[in-house]
Amino acid sequence: MSDHITEIVIFTFLFLLVSGMGFVAARWRRPTDMAHLDEWGLGGRSFGGWITWFLVGGDLYTAYTFVAVPALIFGAGAAGFFAVPYTVIIYPLFFLILIRLWSVSHRHGFVTPADFVRSRFDSPTLALVVAITGIVATMPYIALQLIGIEAVLKTMGVTGESAFARHLPIIIAFAILAAYTYQSGLRAPALIAFVKDTLIYIVILVAVLWLPYKLGGWGAIFDAADAKFQASPAPGDGILLNANNQVQYFTLALGSALALFLYPHSITGVLASKNRDVIKRNMSALPAYSFLLGLIALLGYMAIAAGVKPLPGATAGSVDNNTVVPLLFDQQFPSWFTGIAFAAIGIGALVPAAIMSIAAANLFTRNIYKEYLRKDATHAQEASVAKITSLVVKIGAVACIVFLDPQFSIDLQLIGGVIILQTAPAVVVGLYTRWLHRGALIAGWAAGMALGFWMLWQIPNAATGRAHFGGSAFPLSEFGFDTKKTIYVGFVAVIVNFLVAAVVTLALRAIKTPEGTDHTAPDDYFADEGDPRIEKHRDDTTVDTISST
Amino acid sequence: MDRPRTDKSPWNWLLLIPIVVPLLTFLYNADEPRIAGFPKFYWLQFAFILLGVGTTTLVYRMTKGGRR
Repeated sequence: MSDHITEIVIFTFLFLLVSGMGFVAARWRRPTDMAHLDEWGLGGRSFGGWITWFLVGGDLYTAYTFVAVPALIFGAGAAGFFAVPYTVIIYPLFFLILIRLWSVSHRHGFVTPADFVRSRFDSPTLALVVAITGIVATMPYIALQLIGIEAVLKTMGVTGESAFARHLPIIIAFAILAAYTYQSGLRAPALIAFVKDTLIYIVILVAVLWLPYKLGGWGAIFDAADAKFQASPAPGDGILLNANNQVQYFTLALGSALALFLYPHSITGVLASKNRDVIKRNMSALPAYSFLLGLIALLGYMAIAAGVKPLPGATAGSVDNNTVVPLLFDQQFPSWFTGIAFAAIGIGALVPAAIMSIAAANLFTRNIYKEYLRKDATHAQEASVAKITSLVVKIGAVACIVFLDPQFSIDLQLIGGVIILQTAPAVVVGLYTRWLHRGALIAGWAAGMALGFWMLWQIPNAATGRAHFGGSAFPLSEFGFDTKKTIYVGFVAVIVNFLVAAVVTLALRAIKTPEGTDHTAPDDYFADEGDPRIEKHRDDTTVDTISST
Repeated sequence: MDRPRTDKSPWNWLLLIPIVVPLLTFLYNADEPRIAGFPKFYWLQFAFILLGVGTTTLVYRMTKGGRR
């Protein structure tokens, strides 16, 4: 532990600095009344271009991404680079969708995607399905942020003998995070995101300039990786894709892109912006992070070229590839710089974890508490329920890490990506048309979920010797095709979801099942900042569409 | 409001390019030619980021005035 003392001091200093900022954030852009979910849970819906860029960037590109993507590249090569096309296509894909969602949410005071579904399809049940899917998909995502911090702590040697001692630093870090999120709401991660991203940008730019120089140039780095994969017996690795994983590569990129803005925390970041132009401009500006992500991914190859050996995993005989990037920094840089890099990863976990817990809390408050437990809840009650829920969510995430095998969280995250995709027909298609019947959307969701789980269950992982939930690449031979090609589970599941929803819609319409009333108007989807009907709405004591049944 | 607001514009169709092109693995799944040591697989996918930024910026600028 003593040889890491400089790293630990710098890490702790920066960590405490941002914690202080988190508490002060409550006073930043101070609202007249914090006891309102719009203020605590959406930062007053007032963020401009820069804040949104840092907030959404800090939200989408998480600590786990920074640790897991290079780990994937380290282990499998080119297949892990899907993160780059994934984060390229996401912005043109959602360019038009998000501004519609923003407008309708702004005019009606929606805080969550489930609020929108509730109003559009006149179905509290469908909204509940969307809300629960969102909460379940978000929980393991928060737990994964802890794995990012843990990889850093492990490398610094901050580990104890007992399970409790090993997890104590994480528990303390999360207790601090929970306290300032409780107090400041979305303003805390928005303010901290500035520090997080500045640190990340500096660290990565230095790393990608200095390391290739030290390791003999980019050509040598790729050649070293190539040599490693040539020598390995695994069939799917290499610095290029092979004949069998190209379908998986592009379906995973497309499916992940479609899923990302369905996650409640991404939508929270988007709804917090102040107008449509802020969102549109950010669709051009956010790819700066994709560039960074691509460079970070290549740290995995640098780790190969530098001869990094990952630390042992939780079970005997396994290795923890998540430690390769922290180890690379530890090995190649002076300890003061490594300390800054570790702090960047650690703080990088706090921003998304805070936003995710806020998003999950918003969903619970609006679509479960207010819908089923207390219909006449005031704005102040909503805000206080959300604050308490955010604490519960974080305790749940810490419990996942302390009491379960971390591998289990990774499995859950894999499932999370597949299940959040199943809300696409209701949320994304619903923004454009009400053609799909509310009952059919529930049927499609159920079919997509069932198929997704079955497919994930069928996938073994040869590397870890596990029979189920071994990854998201489904062999097409299981469907009876004579091929070794694989495909992304979520992609297949969401297509089946759409088909079932369409067929059931026709059936329900044929037997004249009631479709409910659309509480949104066509004009709502184009409303912008300064709209008179919005200004009026903010002064109301009740939210019109939610209280009307 | 003089006329009903809309997001419709022919420029929006351009957004399909940066959605489709990065998914065409046959375009970039090759080692040669290398640029500055980067195999084609990597530098071309980095270039797609610029394609995405360029397209969204263009569409944003071209549709900005049409909404009022």
